[in-house]
Amino acid sequence: MTVKQISVFVENKPGKLAELTEYLQQHKIDMRALSIAETQDFGIVRMIVDDAYQTSCILKEAGYVASITPVLAVEMPDEPGSLFQILKMLGDGGVNLEYMYAFLTPKEATAYMVLRVADNEKAMDILSKKGIRAVCQDAIADLW
Amino acid sequence: MFLQKQGCEAHTDTGMEGNDTSMEHYYQPEIECASQEQIRAWQDERLAKTVKRVYENVGFYRKKMDEQGIKPEEIRSVDDLHKLPFLTKDDLRDAYPYGLLAAPLSDCVRIQSTSGTTGRRVVAFYTQNDIDLWEECCARAIAAAGGTKEDVVHVCYGYGLFTGGPGLNGGSHKIGSLTLPMSSGNTERQIQFMCDLGSTILCCTPSYAAYLAESIWERGLQNQIKLKAGIFGAEAWTEEMRRDIEEKLGIRAYDIYGLTEISGPGVSFECSDQSGMHINEDHFIAEVINPKTGEVLPDGEKGELVFTSITKEAFPLIRYRTRDICILSHEKCSCGRTHVKMTKPLGRSDDMLIVKGVNVFPSQIETVLLNQGYPANYQIIVGRKNNSDTIEVQVEMTQEMFSDNAGVVAEREKKLVEALKAMLGIYVKVSLVNPKTIARSEGKAVRVIDQRNLYQN
Ligand SMILES: [Zn+2]
Ligand SMILES: [Zn+2]
Repeated sequence: MTVKQISVFVENKPGKLAELTEYLQQHKIDMRALSIAETQDFGIVRMIVDDAYQTSCILKEAGYVASITPVLAVEMPDEPGSLFQILKMLGDGGVNLEYMYAFLTPKEATAYMVLRVADNEKAMDILSKKGIRAVCQDAIADLW
Repeated sequence: MFLQKQGCEAHTDTGMEGNDTSMEHYYQPEIECASQEQIRAWQDERLAKTVKRVYENVGFYRKKMDEQGIKPEEIRSVDDLHKLPFLTKDDLRDAYPYGLLAAPLSDCVRIQSTSGTTGRRVVAFYTQNDIDLWEECCARAIAAAGGTKEDVVHVCYGYGLFTGGPGLNGGSHKIGSLTLPMSSGNTERQIQFMCDLGSTILCCTPSYAAYLAESIWERGLQNQIKLKAGIFGAEAWTEEMRRDIEEKLGIRAYDIYGLTEISGPGVSFECSDQSGMHINEDHFIAEVINPKTGEVLPDGEKGELVFTSITKEAFPLIRYRTRDICILSHEKCSCGRTHVKMTKPLGRSDDMLIVKGVNVFPSQIETVLLNQGYPANYQIIVGRKNNSDTIEVQVEMTQEMFSDNAGVVAEREKKLVEALKAMLGIYVKVSLVNPKTIARSEGKAVRVIDQRNLYQN
């Protein structure tokens, strides 16, 4: 019940991010979700794509340092306070959240939240008990 | 506009009245202006004595000389010097701490040390006599800059293990000047004391002098200072920088040269002619050699500077290779001094960099990178911003050092910065770059880019 997130190292210099997105576009990679973590010196681009393996091969070909990390992409119930509920459940369950970001699917107009935790199974146990669903990698392409 | 600052009135302490150098100040005119024959006679006698003494007292020298079949009696004059083997910084490190000590430890009163890491440190020992002679050398430099007992000498070289502060401080005492042992840093206080106590001679690195000059102008205090001269060393500087400092501070700026291994600042110093530094030849014999072959080169030829100290008790060095490239000249100097002059260092015969007055070897940076798990593919970029040196190390990111968590990568980067600081003693900016982006020429990475263009000619 996880999706494969690709993380790419980018130098924090003008044009570096554009370079990366242009390169992916040339190789017809569609980014389904994207988040960037920046420090003063570098950035880490995280993305969800249809074919994670192919994407990581293409990135390595171009000399990028990239890694694949299994993360949870959970469906957000369309009600106020649902994000808070999810975070609280995880916190109460002792699951440490490293980072998260959201994406929308045009087809169903549903919001998804990508959660990066140390223990995916434990987190999913907690969330599924409360009826929260996660999407798996194979289903990603179907969301569009 | 600055008023042209007057040096103090003509003194009689020089004993040099009546000739065209009567405005020149000397600390020991009978030595500084001795005939070259006299200097040579001192050198011959002191060299023979020193070689005999190190052969008897220092196992290192005895072994090296025995290996080459040289007897101390064979070294009778400067002409015989070339027979002796060279000494390198590696020898000094290998001998750490006591291996080259030529006097009983109980006769030693001080150590000083080179900048750098534990692994790279060199410790130099001094007897009281060594300290006195060193301070006399510094006193000559201060006198050459116009210093007398009427002056206020403002020393903002670092104190401690670094020789800059203690050397100039001691020299100023010998002259009898009022000495302000400011040490480095705290620019606000430096300027306040300079104004309130009327500092007349400033001793620091040229880059700090330039920084002080700018700070003084920013505060509009340029008419409140009484500086007339500056003695600036411990790093390379250009003629442009000299003119800039002289103009902004309304002073004359003099260069000074020295190495901790040899004693510290004052091995050589500039005079009013400002065209090279007189080497204190009664204490040091200077040679210039071809760094590849070791062949001794004549006056006027560019090569590596080699020193033999001939009055040191605790830590005499025989034919020590400085790795500084320069040219020697025995031409007559307008100041009246007769000691040989050396140019500013024109480069290095090794890859050492001087950044913020600290010696940096690329190999030290490489060691830290490998210890921290980074690849040895890196580039060092040295620059100068607002008259202060900057150093940046570009390191290629690897799969192993990467993480999807920015905090983890940042933490590793921070650890690297800390390790570099521990190794070098200065802040080094780290830039993580993509793999294979560091420029290579003929397959070999260009390790150092020095944007300062410090070495002219
Ligand atoms: Zn005077
Ligand atoms: Zn001179």
